[in-house]
Amino acid sequence: MGIFDKLKKHSRRPQKESRVRWRSTGPKKGRTGQKKNELAYIEEKHACPICHRHIDDKILKENMYVCPGCNHHFQLALKERISSIADPGTFKEFDASIRSVDPIEFPGYKEKLEKAKQKSGQNEAVTIGTCLIEGRSAALGAMSFAFMGGSMGVAVGEKVSRLLLKGAEKNLPVVLFAASGGARMQEGILSLMQMAKTSHAIALLQEQRLPFFVVLTHPTTGGVTASFAMLGNVILAEPGALIGFAGPRVIESTIKQKLPEGFQRSEFQQEKGFVDAVVDRKQMKSTLSFLIDTHVPRREVR
Amino acid sequence: MPEINFHKKLKELKKMASEEHMQVYEDLSKIEHKLFGGKGSTSAWEKVTLVRHPERPTALDYIERVFDNFFELHGDRLGGDDAALIGGIAFFEGIPVTVIAHQKGRNLKDSIYRNYGMAQPEGYRKALRLAHEAETFGRPVITFIDTQGAYPGISAEEKGIGEAIARNLKEFSRLQVPVISIVIGEGGSGGALGIGVGDRIFMLENSVYSVISPEGCASILLRDASKANLAAELMKMTARDLLGLGAIHGIISEGEGGAHKDVENTARYIQEALAQQLPILINKKVPQLLKERSQRLLSMGPYYEEQEERQHFFSRIFGRGS
Repeated sequence: MGIFDKLKKHSRRPQKESRVRWRSTGPKKGRTGQKKNELAYIEEKHACPICHRHIDDKILKENMYVCPGCNHHFQLALKERISSIADPGTFKEFDASIRSVDPIEFPGYKEKLEKAKQKSGQNEAVTIGTCLIEGRSAALGAMSFAFMGGSMGVAVGEKVSRLLLKGAEKNLPVVLFAASGGARMQEGILSLMQMAKTSHAIALLQEQRLPFFVVLTHPTTGGVTASFAMLGNVILAEPGALIGFAGPRVIESTIKQKLPEGFQRSEFQQEKGFVDAVVDRKQMKSTLSFLIDTHVPRREVR
Repeated sequence: MPEINFHKKLKELKKMASEEHMQVYEDLSKIEHKLFGGKGSTSAWEKVTLVRHPERPTALDYIERVFDNFFELHGDRLGGDDAALIGGIAFFEGIPVTVIAHQKGRNLKDSIYRNYGMAQPEGYRKALRLAHEAETFGRPVITFIDTQGAYPGISAEEKGIGEAIARNLKEFSRLQVPVISIVIGEGGSGGALGIGVGDRIFMLENSVYSVISPEGCASILLRDASKANLAAELMKMTARDLLGLGAIHGIISEGEGGAHKDVENTARYIQEALAQQLPILINKKVPQLLKERSQRLLSMGPYYEEQEERQHFFSRIFGRGS
């Protein structure tokens, strides 16, 4: 990368988040050994967007990308998400080659997919596999908001369904981290039908008396909320995540007034009875292993 | 026929333009509409305006004509009722059935009472209650879809509209009685799908069904809410489009000039479609019914996969010979 590119890139950044004061010089690629397309966390910044506190890269990493000052949970990229849950080296991805086609020939969609692929280094907005969580076998899936806003098209619906069916087939509990703006409009009605597909797959899993644990991360909205995100046997959420069906802007334009502070956040959803528990990222792994232990499939039920 | 050739060429040009030159695409669409708009198939946007026509028949207009002795049942038994999503029991050619439908208003006052057919969580929970009742007593379920979408308001969010729809999708996908859905007007997003998972789905000739309203799509993807007519076309939301995509089973004709001009004949065509499909579904054994529904839901939509694992996947899930 030439010096001019660097300058250009750097000068562009403060405009994105003008509230944030920039003290650091951006991600140090050499030191952390990360390539551009493997960002550790989505907000490519070194200050907390909530309390504006400057956080050192290393401290942030040690703190699992949670602000030590105000407990703001940064959005996690796929790799960090999986390593925060799966025991080291146990995650085995399957059906990795599934990706979207352009079923209704929506203008510009193919290019967008290509861009998302390059930006995120993934084939699709969800990654599925099997792993051990504190020594317990589980099927684990994680959506990444970095890939077209985590939107659900046919490929995402298919992969989420296969994760659930893998659980049903191999007798495994299923854990899924949701992060999505909703259905992928560029695939038209077929993206809507993925809501039915994934919800049906959950029915098949739960009929086998196997549990589905879903963790809602920032943000989980639209068609994903109205399908698998709300169908967990236990529904967990990371603190401060936006969780809802209609997005805040849509509601504001319907009711023509501003929404109250904290509306549709994890804590709000827990209060309203739609989230079982809001769990900090640092306790997430042990919580999940506890849940797996307490949801042992009982084949013989009288 | 030079005119047909010209139209074909125009369509080809449009397809080429759609790849990168949106402005050209729009202009070509306008030309096409001017030259051929009056003839043959109506454009997607015209259909959207048609289904929003104030005189477009509502679900109750069809229910009165298609069924005998419709008796409305109210309430979700959790503390609410919803006038935008109605349900009840009736006879269809002597068979007891459960009917669930979005109900838009027939006039302004009624529209306000019905919240313009935008249902709240109470409506979806009532629908699920009635569906489970139907399951208990072996009644087939027939749903009429006609909504812009679920109501995007504070109260709906607080009561968990997402959860209500999600639960319906899951439960309807395993309901042990036949479910037939008919889109009679607007099929808008999750609000439509919330009562639209079943064994058969049909659409009236002029109805539309999409993942987001054309206005929503225009403002998000095209960054201009006024381009809703273009969005309507791009999203492939007409009955013919959906049939081509394999999302629905068939199209039910409307009377001459559209349903609002000829509700009697439209109702008759709906009745004929139901009379043809219901006996087929009723005669299926429950496991067969559920298996076919399952296969249809799980195979919805095309995607790319490197190895030919898909075949393998399906035989693993459903056993060989399915």
